[in-house]
Amino acid sequence: MNLKLKDIVPQLITVTAVVLVFGFFTYNAQINMENRGIDFGYGFLSQESSFDVQFSLIEYDGSHSYFRAYLVGLLNTILVSVIGIIIATILGVIVGVARLSPNYLINKFAAFYVEFFRNIPLLLQIFFWYFAALRALPLPQDAEAIFGVFFLTIKGLYVPAFIWQNFSVFFYSIVAAIIAIIVIRTHAKRVQENQGKQIPVFLISIGLIFILPLLTFFIGGVGISFEVPVLKQLATTSFIYEGGVSLPPELIALTLSLSLYTATFIAECVRAGIQGVGKGQKEAAASIGLTPNQVLKLVIMPQALRIIIPPTTNQYLNLTKNSSLAAAIAYPDLVLVFAGTALMQTGKAIEIVSITMFTYLTLSISISLLMNWYNKKIAIQEK
Amino acid sequence: MFKYLKQLTSLVAMVAVLFTFTTETMAAKKSKTLKNTQKKGFVRCGVSQGLPGFSNADAAGNWTGIDVDVCRAVAAAVLGDANKVKFTPLSAKERFTALTSGEIDILSRNTTWTLSRDADIGLTFVGVNFYDGQGFMVRKSSGITSTSQFKDGISACTNIGTTTELNMRDFFNSKGIKYEPVAFEKADEVVAAYDAGRCDTYTTDKSGLAAQRTKMSNPDEHIVLPETVSKEPLGPVVRQGDSVWEDIVRWSLNTMIEAEEYGITSANADMMKTSDNPAIKRLVGAEGELGAAFGLDNDWSLRIIKQVGNYGESYKRNIADTGILPDRGPNELWTKGGILYVPPAR
Repeated sequence: MNLKLKDIVPQLITVTAVVLVFGFFTYNAQINMENRGIDFGYGFLSQESSFDVQFSLIEYDGSHSYFRAYLVGLLNTILVSVIGIIIATILGVIVGVARLSPNYLINKFAAFYVEFFRNIPLLLQIFFWYFAALRALPLPQDAEAIFGVFFLTIKGLYVPAFIWQNFSVFFYSIVAAIIAIIVIRTHAKRVQENQGKQIPVFLISIGLIFILPLLTFFIGGVGISFEVPVLKQLATTSFIYEGGVSLPPELIALTLSLSLYTATFIAECVRAGIQGVGKGQKEAAASIGLTPNQVLKLVIMPQALRIIIPPTTNQYLNLTKNSSLAAAIAYPDLVLVFAGTALMQTGKAIEIVSITMFTYLTLSISISLLMNWYNKKIAIQEK
Repeated sequence: MFKYLKQLTSLVAMVAVLFTFTTETMAAKKSKTLKNTQKKGFVRCGVSQGLPGFSNADAAGNWTGIDVDVCRAVAAAVLGDANKVKFTPLSAKERFTALTSGEIDILSRNTTWTLSRDADIGLTFVGVNFYDGQGFMVRKSSGITSTSQFKDGISACTNIGTTTELNMRDFFNSKGIKYEPVAFEKADEVVAAYDAGRCDTYTTDKSGLAAQRTKMSNPDEHIVLPETVSKEPLGPVVRQGDSVWEDIVRWSLNTMIEAEEYGITSANADMMKTSDNPAIKRLVGAEGELGAAFGLDNDWSLRIIKQVGNYGESYKRNIADTGILPDRGPNELWTKGGILYVPPAR
């Protein structure tokens, strides 16, 4: 009984204190807002926003609601985070492995990259890529075509748009290829467990995923054509490209700086993971006759991943949160569109800031959950 | 148990700190902005992060501009010294929150008076110290001389959180032009991006365009188009709910404008005490008890005129002589063809 009371009392006090603190802040805010004649409410979300946004993944203009503007900002934040995470991971793994390379030049170059980019504040890097690198880019009319169809200009990167015929056939062929690969993999695993024979699953998979969709071009009636951007004159010295897809320079600068910065941290995680696997593991694996590739794939990586994943999760979270620096260079992310323009136009500071905070919290927790699930999957499964 | 004890102590300390804070906020009752200002000894004034002519700090940290002069006038009236002002530079996004949360007591930051701002978010506009309108700046070399030459696909750089963003949409929509809005948080970044060629046009209030043009790498390469696409009456703002403070700020601004109307300047204010005109005598405190209504002495308006000058002096010093907008346009007195017209001080 005594022991129970000792356990419960501190918990109770903590809960009461937390409730009191929150209650106090809510009460204080209410009183002050009332005194200053500020209404509280989320009704504004359905009102017409009446401002436009430069770049959005869903259809949006000022005649839509503030809620729609919120979605535009959220999707733009997710877009830059996803692209950033993918590039940072690929680059991070390459640099991390390069830092362990016995080749002096590769090794030192990777070390230099890591030390250089992780020790300069991110905001400065964003400014550098946006303002310094942007200024060096040509005006649309002076831009040289890259491979005849890409145009990198001060107003953005213009790429050709794909125009598909019978896209559904192409799409289903990819689905069919993926199903076939899954079937073959399960079969190959069974064969190996029963007969010890190995089937080159990787080669077969690669072949399937390329050849099957390619076949649809010849027998499925799938066709593809490109819409190449064309220069259009707006005024004597003012030009723009029309047609194709345009990526705003803000998106490019932000993705570039976020990935280059975060990749340095991921590289260190990868290096730590690989170095954390005991040397004996590698030697033991080699001694039972595994090839160097198999040693890496079957022995080193599964163990290294366990060390790599948790700190890398942190880096993914950092990248997502750092994407809010977008506001400095006019990339219309959640902070700029919703906690910026929308907040200003409505004056609903408490409502909008709380929604924005809650959104970032949800994003971060989703990434955490996903990574924790993956971490659990690769953890040692004790039997 | 010791572990919990430690947590408990820190929690108790936190709660205690919070409650001391409450008693202090509770003590601050209604209509005490004036009392607080006199107690602190300075006027807390929110200004821009640097807009030449309106509010701009020099290398030594001295603020100048017609928006700055409104705060200086209030300080002269309330504290007797126009220099007793603490300036807080604010972005367009931060400004209203800074005012409603009590961080500043006057917002004098080229802010457009609109219905929703006045009625919705706990603010009160006290008057207009500059009549402005939104315009467009383009590169001279583009050959554009009128907004009617704008075409689909034009990109426009501007600030977020301003009426500019809304007017821009109204303008381009009414003309049926597709445009790319590129909105930055700070004015300096808008200028840098436009100057680099990121945008075909830069849009904001015309006074702002004229002022920012001076910051470009080569100001002569840019022109402001003649069209004005919106009404932008700019003026000082106070928090809702303190009518005495609101009146002080309103009449400090009105005093500057009316002083110009009657020809009272910082140089001749003292001599005007012996004027034959009762309106002039009231303005320099030689007749009537106007200050008493605000709880101020009778020399409050004389101090404004002597220390800050009348509106015309302020305009000349900050906007005309700096080459931003030598022509006063609508910001001329009503007696001289402008629209500056203030109620009489009596």
